[in-house]
Amino acid sequence: MVNVKVEFLGGLDAIFKKQRVHKLTLKKNNSDDEPVTVGDLIDYIVENMIEDKNDVEVFLQNGTVRAGILTLINDTDWELEGEKEYELEDGDIISFTSTLHGG
Amino acid sequence: MFTAPSDPVNVRKELKVTQLCELCHSRKAIIRRPKNLQKICKLCFFHVFETEIHETIVSNDLFYRGERVAVGASGGKDSTVLAYVLKLLNERHDYGIEIVLLSIDEGIVGYRDDSLATVKRNQQQYQLPLEIFSYQDLYDWTMDDIVETAGIRNSCTYCGVLRRQALDRGAAKLEIKHVVTGHNADDMAETVLMNILRGDVARLEKSTSIMTSSTGSPIKRSKPFKYCYQKEIVLYAHYKKLDYFSTECTYAPEAFRGTARELMKNFEAIRPSCIIDIIASGESFVLKQKMGKQNKKKIITYNDGNRCERCGYLSSNKICKACMLLEGLEKSRAQIKIQVQVPGEPQQEGPAKVLRTLERLTF
Repeated sequence: MVNVKVEFLGGLDAIFKKQRVHKLTLKKNNSDDEPVTVGDLIDYIVENMIEDKNDVEVFLQNGTVRAGILTLINDTDWELEGEKEYELEDGDIISFTSTLHGG
Repeated sequence: MFTAPSDPVNVRKELKVTQLCELCHSRKAIIRRPKNLQKICKLCFFHVFETEIHETIVSNDLFYRGERVAVGASGGKDSTVLAYVLKLLNERHDYGIEIVLLSIDEGIVGYRDDSLATVKRNQQQYQLPLEIFSYQDLYDWTMDDIVETAGIRNSCTYCGVLRRQALDRGAAKLEIKHVVTGHNADDMAETVLMNILRGDVARLEKSTSIMTSSTGSPIKRSKPFKYCYQKEIVLYAHYKKLDYFSTECTYAPEAFRGTARELMKNFEAIRPSCIIDIIASGESFVLKQKMGKQNKKKIITYNDGNRCERCGYLSSNKICKACMLLEGLEKSRAQIKIQVQVPGEPQQEGPAKVLRTLERLTF
């Protein structure tokens, strides 16, 4: 079991009931010990948090976060943290920031 | 209201050597630069990001001491970071320029009104003067009216032409001859790609210049973010907790640009340097001699005494492009209003009612 904070920034909150910050408690296979990865978090977001299923492709592309959305794990680009393989720890802050809008 | 992104609470105590910044070798790398794949820490990122812009400014002689410069401020990420960085560099390197925020209110309810609120907060945060000019005042049309009349398909064309002129007019009113905009490397690469795909050779050569001025206009435009990746601009705004507005315009973005953008993002995912590479390719294009000569001729024959017969705005033609678009709009506005009128129903207020009354008049 792990407690994390997820933030949807850069206008991405539009598909999450306009709520930027979400506190989540995640579990894998109902076990308290099995590690939860960022990949699991993405699955959770897609299945449980996106209200309108038509919006899924705003967030997801080819099974991963859409190109043009910045994913940060504790303010570090997820590319440097192993992307989907990263194992979440209590207190981690994961932010998704859309860059796909006018400047 | 502005809510800053949360600061991380979990800090890694043990770091592997490979996780260190490749510049200072002492702090944890937090990003990989798309330009060169270098892994760097937050402080080094701020330093290289700001320094690269400074070098772009200096090596292209963008400013001169005492110059008054208007930042085309939309409240979005690019112009917000631009205003912040320009103010910072002006103080750090003593350019001696005077910065003014110049905003255009296109009249798009639910979009521009909210983003203008952001610009007003930026004015306070950065302590810079702000001037707002509206389509309503300049043209007697808001974008909402235009879309209602001309449909959504060409909204970007109208908005683009009108905004370009609105920025010029706004700057002219403020007696400023230089407008800087937040166009970034992604925007520029997109434009190069679009011009190639459309075979728009004439625009291709111009599309990568850092400084441009439209025919007949005494006001120059420049793009200090020409070499800045969108990703880095957003990261900079994120780490600096800058207050910017981020909602897509209510009117769908230009379909062709949208597709070009999508294509670029997919390219970038495979090969991040491609954005800067497309710009480099664009810069290296030299048009065939014939085209080159024509272009030169155009510049020489440009006559700054030419003014639009309608609005008096500088224009190479008798009537400027904005007035031509507006003329077309006026015609369809009248038509639509008449069509909408159903006999027997109460008269609607507005130009159509006046028109109807005029029609019924007999002498």
